[in-house]
Amino acid sequence: MNRLAYFGLVFIVLLVLVALCAPLIATHQVGTTDLLARYKPPSAAHWLGTDATGRDVFSRVVYGARISLQVGLVVVAVSATVGTIIGALAGYYGGWIDRVVSGYVINVFLAFPGLLLAIAIVAFLGQGLNKLIFALCIIGWVGYARVMRGQVLKVREYDFVQAARALGARDWRILLFHVLPNAVQPLIVQASLGMAGAVLSEASLSFLGLGVPPPAPSWGVMLEEARDLSTLARAPHAMLAPGLAIALTVLAFNFLGDGLREYLDPRQRKR
Amino acid sequence: MKRKLLDIARRLLILLLVVWTVVSLVTILIELVPGDPATAILGDQATPEALTQFREKHGLDRPAFFFSYTANEEGGPRRFKWNGADNRYVDYWRGILRGDMGNSFRTDRPVRELILSRYGATIQLAVAALLVAVAIAVPLGVVAGTNRGNLLDNALSVIALVGISLPSFVVGPLLIYVFAVWLGWVDPSGRFGWSSIILPAVTLGAALSALLTRMVRSSVIEEMSEDYVRTARAKGLNERTVVYKHVLKNGLIPVVTVLGLQLGVLLAGAIITEKIFNWPGIGLLLVEDGINKRDYRLVQGCVLVISVTYILANTLTDLLYRRLDPRIRVS
Repeated sequence: MNRLAYFGLVFIVLLVLVALCAPLIATHQVGTTDLLARYKPPSAAHWLGTDATGRDVFSRVVYGARISLQVGLVVVAVSATVGTIIGALAGYYGGWIDRVVSGYVINVFLAFPGLLLAIAIVAFLGQGLNKLIFALCIIGWVGYARVMRGQVLKVREYDFVQAARALGARDWRILLFHVLPNAVQPLIVQASLGMAGAVLSEASLSFLGLGVPPPAPSWGVMLEEARDLSTLARAPHAMLAPGLAIALTVLAFNFLGDGLREYLDPRQRKR
Repeated sequence: MKRKLLDIARRLLILLLVVWTVVSLVTILIELVPGDPATAILGDQATPEALTQFREKHGLDRPAFFFSYTANEEGGPRRFKWNGADNRYVDYWRGILRGDMGNSFRTDRPVRELILSRYGATIQLAVAALLVAVAIAVPLGVVAGTNRGNLLDNALSVIALVGISLPSFVVGPLLIYVFAVWLGWVDPSGRFGWSSIILPAVTLGAALSALLTRMVRSSVIEEMSEDYVRTARAKGLNERTVVYKHVLKNGLIPVVTVLGLQLGVLLAGAIITEKIFNWPGIGLLLVEDGINKRDYRLVQGCVLVISVTYILANTLTDLLYRRLDPRIRVS
């Protein structure tokens, strides 16, 4: 893997540690407001300063990692599972399943702006973490299904699959033990890029006021709260800190995804 | 010729399928609203008469779909009931075919009118963002491509990757801080005069310009190894003419497709940018007037118009692209 991918991996490991140990790392209570300490610049007491209601920005960024990673992991896990099952079935059996999945569903989803669909779903369902995750899964699974279908179409023609079939193995056994293990590689890349996408979407929707409801320290919510002119003029750090956190996290997963793609597909190396 | 027509027909069929799905989706999603839209709009204090009147006016008293699966008035067990064509789904379709998207739940004005009054601002923003992206990406991409592999190229590649990963809601407030709060050069938000579009356009176009820089770079690298480049050099043309007149002309073809596809992405992404800069486009209408005020009829209309614009932009690009580069038709 290239150097940028290692940077991504190291950053992600650090981020996971921060999220897991958030109560140990955070210097202040997340929700505590202190109206006497509003708009404070970074200092020894408040490492990244305070926001418009005197909350400690550093502690909120630390806890924000939990929300981002939680949403990202659940969305990727659910979408990847659903997408894999549907894509694998479509690729393996072909016929009408494939015609519906790849001819209609995938075409329609790809022709539609994903974020808008998520916005629409949340707009009608209402705000909340679970609804947000649901909306992101609805738009997320298609990518995995498409990758998986292509892979299974390729792998099912390999000799060892034919051999297994000739030996009388059942379909589910062939799919589960012979086809899937040889088809999952691109899925790892897709999952890494999917984490970047999910983190970004969560922040986008929360920023629009359609994601995690406000007191929660989601990075998107923090950005939204810090972007009005009076806060921006007095406490730009309250906007910069979560902004940097989002950007670095998305960047890290993108670097890792790109690096994995090169690593797993040697034909792409040295380009 | 026959294959070409078939291909266009296929694209149009997908287009119709997608539009049908979108319309169905926005009509059915409104059924997912927890509770009752009438109560959500009029509040808990509303009289039963007012609620009934509201439901009647907006057709909410009619069955939602061709069939329903609910308990009857006495509260017996749930059962299927066939409602026939006399339902809201058909109503909404009838309206759309006449260009009528219903009336806003809040202001009672036609949704079409509300959307049309904002549509221009969004298109303006998207096109401006496109221009900004091209103006940044083409020179940078050419520089990176012609300096392939050296420090400058690597630096530009990393900058491009960072640019792609920077979301607009980070870029936007940052630009506002630097150019409006700190330097005081432009207005932080709103739409007054030509200068107020600069920051929103840069914000919306930033990620695209990063993506385009990568594309122009790889396109230039590919074209530089073609025979016609050697011919042009052999004729004694200087490198500048070779790159900008010959290479770029061919190299920009794939970029044009991305541009068209991205116009749709920009339209959808404009929702966030419009919110950051208070830009009075259709995205702001959707979020502020539609979703925040639970004006579901308006949300339906906005989602519909944004998606159809997106889909049309993509289909048109796809068809145009085939005309632009004859080699594509063969494959």
